[in-house]
Amino acid sequence: MRFVDEFREPELISKTAEEIRRLAGTDRHYRTMEVCGGHTHAIYRFGLKDILPENIELIHGPGCPVCVLPMGRIDDGLAIAHEPDVIFAAFGDMMRVPGTQGSPLEHKARGMDVRIVYSPSDALKLARLNPDKHVMFFAIGFETTAPSTALTMMRAKVEGIRNFSVFCNHVTIIPAIRAILDSPDMRLDAFIGPGHVSTVIGCRPYEWIARNERKPIVVSGFEPLDMLQSIVMLLRQLKAGEAKVENQYKRVVPWEGNRAALRAMAEVFELRPYFEWRGLGFISQSALRVNDKYAEWDAEQRFEVPGIRVTDPKAAQCGEVLKGVLKPHQCKLFGRECTPEHPIGALMVSSEGSCAAYHNYEHRKAAMVSLSSIA
Amino acid sequence: MCLAIPGKIVEISSDNQDSALVDVVGVRRKIDLGLLQDDKPVPGDWVLIHVGFAMSKISEQDAADQMSTLRMLGEIDGAMQEIQGYGLEDVN
Repeated sequence: MRFVDEFREPELISKTAEEIRRLAGTDRHYRTMEVCGGHTHAIYRFGLKDILPENIELIHGPGCPVCVLPMGRIDDGLAIAHEPDVIFAAFGDMMRVPGTQGSPLEHKARGMDVRIVYSPSDALKLARLNPDKHVMFFAIGFETTAPSTALTMMRAKVEGIRNFSVFCNHVTIIPAIRAILDSPDMRLDAFIGPGHVSTVIGCRPYEWIARNERKPIVVSGFEPLDMLQSIVMLLRQLKAGEAKVENQYKRVVPWEGNRAALRAMAEVFELRPYFEWRGLGFISQSALRVNDKYAEWDAEQRFEVPGIRVTDPKAAQCGEVLKGVLKPHQCKLFGRECTPEHPIGALMVSSEGSCAAYHNYEHRKAAMVSLSSIA
Repeated sequence: MCLAIPGKIVEISSDNQDSALVDVVGVRRKIDLGLLQDDKPVPGDWVLIHVGFAMSKISEQDAADQMSTLRMLGEIDGAMQEIQGYGLEDVN
């Protein structure tokens, strides 16, 4: 409980933690997955595992868009940027993500025109400022980010800006949850639902998880108290034998989501029949591509895309970690060949990936604790 | 990746209703309001900003809470870097 004093409302946090202990009892093990990488990051950062009783196990889900992006897609995007007069624009998060021939940043060092943008609309601005070049925006992200890309493409169309395109890698969270639930070695009891994705999609898309899979899901905020309260809500449901969608993050997430954002996505994108997720493999209808109305702004339709496929080394057990079958440190490569500085597997790539989060916080902490006190 | 940064609407652009000036702890940048067209914010409102777009309206208290969450998560520098980068200010 050494971290509690640093938080706001430490008394309320202690009370909530007490309630979790009371509800959890000792006779049963609970396995909860937080879907969102932001939650994974927060769990480690706040040391929430130290607050929770041992029979509540947190499994870290697939909600880190940088992590689940196959290396081949990075290679494909970089291949387009090798065309003459193409500017490769992407968020800073993408810049250090390795492709087979190095990261975008390394390509920049070798002379590629690579720009960091903080907003897709700034990629469009780059196109306005560089009429003799073509700006390709390397788009990634879940439903939190996809509407901003969509609206930017709508603006490009309205303004008739034709030296701009999007290499679309947007993915959708629900099919990934379904894939995890469908895997035979899955043993989850409940879900902590993503916070900011839900500001866009709302809470309804999770209803099948409760209804068909009989798993409770609580959409949660990111503060320690938010997540502890969400765990209380999940435990209450599990104790009562219920399975409902609940919204702990009401102050930000409307039940119906953001309709204007959903409209923008529907205007520009359509579902891909299937898309590869690093660590999870091919998942049907799990990603977005640009529809024919916006073909002119679709990098995949405008350029020759090699369609590179890169398989992760067999020794990397990302899939098992994603499904909660293995803890990050139980992977054979963890902390040895695969580190945040030299990521081999998907989950080490970004600080929101469970292996990187585990490495950055737990591993360092564990290194300072003597073996006797662990035993 | 999924930073949500609280900001206060300072003014709506007179020639473009989808463009607003926001204040994020003293830093002022233009953001896009196009994703809030069903519930347009007005000057003085607080919004959560993600990649240059207002995603949802929030209360002043929630804005303060969100700022402290970013601080606790060690993401405040990243958030300010993002805000300062809007409009290509930091792009070379």
